[in-house]
Amino acid sequence: MRVNFVLSEVATGLRRNLTMTVAMILTTAISLGLMGTGLLIAGMISDMKEIYYDKVQVSIFLAEDVTDEQRADIESRLTESPEVKAYLYESKEEAYERFQQQFSQQPELVENTPPDALPESFRVEMVNPERYEVIAAEFPSGQNGVDQVRDEGDFLDRLFSLLNGARNATIAVAVVQALAALLLISNTIQLAAFNRRNETNIMRLVGASRWYTQLPFILEAALAGLIGALLAIGGLILTKVLFVDRTLAGPIKAGIIPPVDWGEIAFISPIIAAAGVGLAGTAAYVTLRLYVRL
Amino acid sequence: MQHVTKLYPASGRPALDDVSTEIDKGEFVFLIGSSGSGKSTFLRLLLKEDTPTSGTVTVNGQTLNTLSKWKVPKLRRTMGCVFQDFRLLRDRTVAQNVAFALEVINKPSKTIKRVVPEVLEMVGLEGKAHRLPGELSGGEQQRVAIARAFVNRPLVLLADEPTGNLDPETSEGIMLLLERINRTGTTVIMATHDYHIVDSMRRRVIELNGGVITRDQSRGVYGVGR
Repeated sequence: MRVNFVLSEVATGLRRNLTMTVAMILTTAISLGLMGTGLLIAGMISDMKEIYYDKVQVSIFLAEDVTDEQRADIESRLTESPEVKAYLYESKEEAYERFQQQFSQQPELVENTPPDALPESFRVEMVNPERYEVIAAEFPSGQNGVDQVRDEGDFLDRLFSLLNGARNATIAVAVVQALAALLLISNTIQLAAFNRRNETNIMRLVGASRWYTQLPFILEAALAGLIGALLAIGGLILTKVLFVDRTLAGPIKAGIIPPVDWGEIAFISPIIAAAGVGLAGTAAYVTLRLYVRL
Repeated sequence: MQHVTKLYPASGRPALDDVSTEIDKGEFVFLIGSSGSGKSTFLRLLLKEDTPTSGTVTVNGQTLNTLSKWKVPKLRRTMGCVFQDFRLLRDRTVAQNVAFALEVINKPSKTIKRVVPEVLEMVGLEGKAHRLPGELSGGEQQRVAIARAFVNRPLVLLADEPTGNLDPETSEGIMLLLERINRTGTTVIMATHDYHIVDSMRRRVIELNGGVITRDQSRGVYGVGR
């Protein structure tokens, strides 16, 4: 195979169809960028699950007028209960401290909240997180100094279904965009083949192998796919540096949202690149088989 | 080259209707007949650009009907093609046009560097290797096309009205060239309307009419049909 010959054919092809090539690269980049975002969100969700589900599952908030005996009684019942794996007492001061930390990015909110506005509570870790009702039944709301029993798992489930939805929506848009990219690649290749029909006709007549005739077109698409993938990876890096690391710095420090590591981007990048090159090359190959006589 | 029977219905009427003929290695054959008589179909079948509906086409001992797709390029490397409209690449020089035919079948560049000037000299274009086709006359362009078809030393040269766009004197030069190629042992099959040429060359003539061979004559003339 004459590498120079094939490469110069590829370069000419890309130059001749510059606008189509640019369109092909951009749609591919957007599609791959969204795919990468979807993968990053998926990674984030599993990290978040580790952060949250490991912690409190049920919170028992105590009433304003709880007495010391009532508090001690609750504590001893928690100690004895076979359903409880561990528990943690959080005083009003501790609750306020945690609140301050969580909302350090919204100083107005913190300023407007008096230090004693947050109730004291027991944070309970269950042996089996599903058995929230047992605790709820044992400590009826509004009695014996208990204000309210809340299943944090329920809240988390709703939070995660929201995040999963965001991930799925991103991937769905990526798929639609990928479809557009594939059609555009197919069109560009048809156009390229039409532009070079003189060359390919001669190649056919002098007995160039099918592979030899098609390779420049396939490489052309694959190269565009690769450039698209590189742009997509660049986009992800910019998103991390400009958005995630800056705007979300507070929640990340507070441990509410897991950070996006460079490692994750490094892990996703080759997947994006392979997807870009593979999809574009395959689309070109199929197009040549179906529509173009070579 | 040997080829037997083929029937080829394209529209309602077959383009070639039960045609049988045999062309030996080293022959020079004129294929004549009016437009639509099946000359081009005849040539296309030899190149396996089309497959016959029935019957068998054999080229160089290979039966084309059963030839698998990936072997077609190999078949075409043993054949050269020249057309009425030259089919040169306008953005490449004369030498590059000829070299292109060798590059795309993976010939080593050493061979290409040696063979291209040789064949250009043979067709009488030794001083014009670096011109673009647009700077050449029609006859010179056809010489480039012939050089490209012949550079790989094919066993068969197919020419589809090679003089169709050229004036009589230029045509004569092209015919001398084709004759010279024929003398190297290459079979030449030439479809043409040009009765001057056919009459002056006195070679084998196969006349097609409505897809049927109406005449097959060695040392023939264009005949009364004109």
